[in-house]
Amino acid sequence: MIKPNKIPGIQSRPSTDLPVLKPFTAKAAGEPEDLLFSRWLASTPIWAWLLLIVIIFAWPGVSSAASSYTMTQAFQALWRWLPFIITGGFLFNVIISFFAMLIGTAFGVVLGLMQISPLRIIRWPAQFLTQIFRNSPWLVLLFIVLLALPFEVEIAGEIIRIPDWVKAVFGLCLPIMANISEVVRGAINSVPSGQWEAAESLAYTRQQTLWQIILPQCFKRMIPPWMNWYAILTMATPLCSLLGVEELITLSRQAIEAENNRPELLVPFYGFALLIFFAYCYPIARATIALERRFAVKL
Amino acid sequence: MTESSWDESQPIVSIKDVHKSFGNLEVLKGISMDVMKGEVICIIGPSGSGKSTLIRCINALNDIQAGSITVEGIEVNDSKLDKLELRKKVGMVFQQYNLFPHKTALENVMMAPIKVLKQSPSDVESRARALIEKVRLQGKEDSYPGELSGGQQQRVAIARSLAMNPDIMLFDEVTAALDPETVKEVLVTIKDLAEEGMTCMLVTHEMGFAKEIADHIYFTDRGVIVEHGPPATFFADAKDERTKEFLSQIL
Ligand SMILES: Nc1ncnc2c1ncn2[C@@H]1O[C@H](COP(=O)(O)OP(=O)(O)OP(=O)(O)O)[C@@H](O)[C@H]1O
Ligand SMILES: [Mg+2]
Repeated sequence: MIKPNKIPGIQSRPSTDLPVLKPFTAKAAGEPEDLLFSRWLASTPIWAWLLLIVIIFAWPGVSSAASSYTMTQAFQALWRWLPFIITGGFLFNVIISFFAMLIGTAFGVVLGLMQISPLRIIRWPAQFLTQIFRNSPWLVLLFIVLLALPFEVEIAGEIIRIPDWVKAVFGLCLPIMANISEVVRGAINSVPSGQWEAAESLAYTRQQTLWQIILPQCFKRMIPPWMNWYAILTMATPLCSLLGVEELITLSRQAIEAENNRPELLVPFYGFALLIFFAYCYPIARATIALERRFAVKL
Repeated sequence: MTESSWDESQPIVSIKDVHKSFGNLEVLKGISMDVMKGEVICIIGPSGSGKSTLIRCINALNDIQAGSITVEGIEVNDSKLDKLELRKKVGMVFQQYNLFPHKTALENVMMAPIKVLKQSPSDVESRARALIEKVRLQGKEDSYPGELSGGQQQRVAIARSLAMNPDIMLFDEVTAALDPETVKEVLVTIKDLAEEGMTCMLVTHEMGFAKEIADHIYFTDRGVIVEHGPPATFFADAKDERTKEFLSQIL
């Protein structure tokens, strides 16, 4: 039995050991130690960035010492293809990540709330789905969705082809859904059970307690892990290139091919792709960590 | 027994041979007590003797396996019990206050009457302000729980519970988490309540306080009531060995 803390003025966290909504002992996914990725990215020092840039752009000069291809030429090639790679490519990474996050979050919140249902018939399927999709390799999920979804659908007599990037959105929203489900469950479970008991003893129904007392308290705690998952998702979007979806990596490869497959171009092009991803996710990671600090002080 | 058959000549809370186990651990082994309207009873006893469990059974936060608890004639040990109706009659204050941290003191007091009882916010607000004054916290209406001392938080918790206009108040070691200077302010608030005729059931370790305000004191140990009586006789000539030992340790 966890004895209540009797030190005056210091309130122990789980204020009671009585059985109100404690079906799990697993570590809450909303806990700060889960923001590993954002923490790592946000703490990358400037010199590491510079080093990365230098390596990428100095590469042609080093590797081409024996060839006729110069660094300037490599730069020019990259410069030429830049609009194509960004607007035709990276934009799609952003769009895919945006929609996958949107749909994943919507379903994830529902699944997370189902996970804390007092009814087993609701709780068990939700737990099962969460665990399955949370622990499956993302690429496998992507392939399954790609093959499972029909090539085209017929709506009101019209045949509409489902674009590959839409399938990619569905594939990627599955692991996001499962992870957001865990974030929601973790955040709800991080509210001390005394809050449930206090609301219950004031004649709140379970639904009222959840929506008016518990969720308002833990909503803010869900934001940093949610943003963390968005950054991870964005970093995972190049997987779609294996499915033939036109995005940054696919287009980079096409550009290199168009430049006669010069091996000196590999590192500048793919290195540039790496930089774009880091540059896009870096501010998100910084904001995640900043928010996490701010909320940690408040609650 | 139905609600309509209850009147004030009968006990407002009647506990008969209540048994409660957590798994294999039998915590309450046949507890009985009657509380009349307006009475103040104190439950004392060593840690782990089942005091909290007993008091939480009264507002159905815990269920019981056998026996009967009636509150104003409503049977609590009934699968068809309307828990919300029961809890509107029974207020509860916890050791750890359990205020809603995202709401101000005033909002904490106002929320349940508005959301649960659907009373009009303006009526509730004037009543809530009066309650905050009653627990001597005027000026703290807009403070968040985190900005209040333990004693102040506990008094907000009492006001929050009173805002539901309960007929019975349950207090579970409400001063145990407080430092000595603030214990008194909370006890004064409870005493005021008791003097106004509120039916109160308290679990407490404050023997002096129990002696002063209780009409009846119950001593529990290992899930049974070992001894009970009005304070005068209870403290003066306890007969049971366990009671004597407990009192000698604590007094
Ligand atoms: N949810 C629970 N699950 C299992 N056992 C429990 C639970 N709640 C209480 N118990 C056990 O029931 C027994 C009585 O607990 P209870 O909290 O009622 O004691 P208490 O008299 O209030 O003690 P204290 O003075 O320390 O508050 C203890 O042995 C405790 O471990
Ligand atoms: Mg207790």
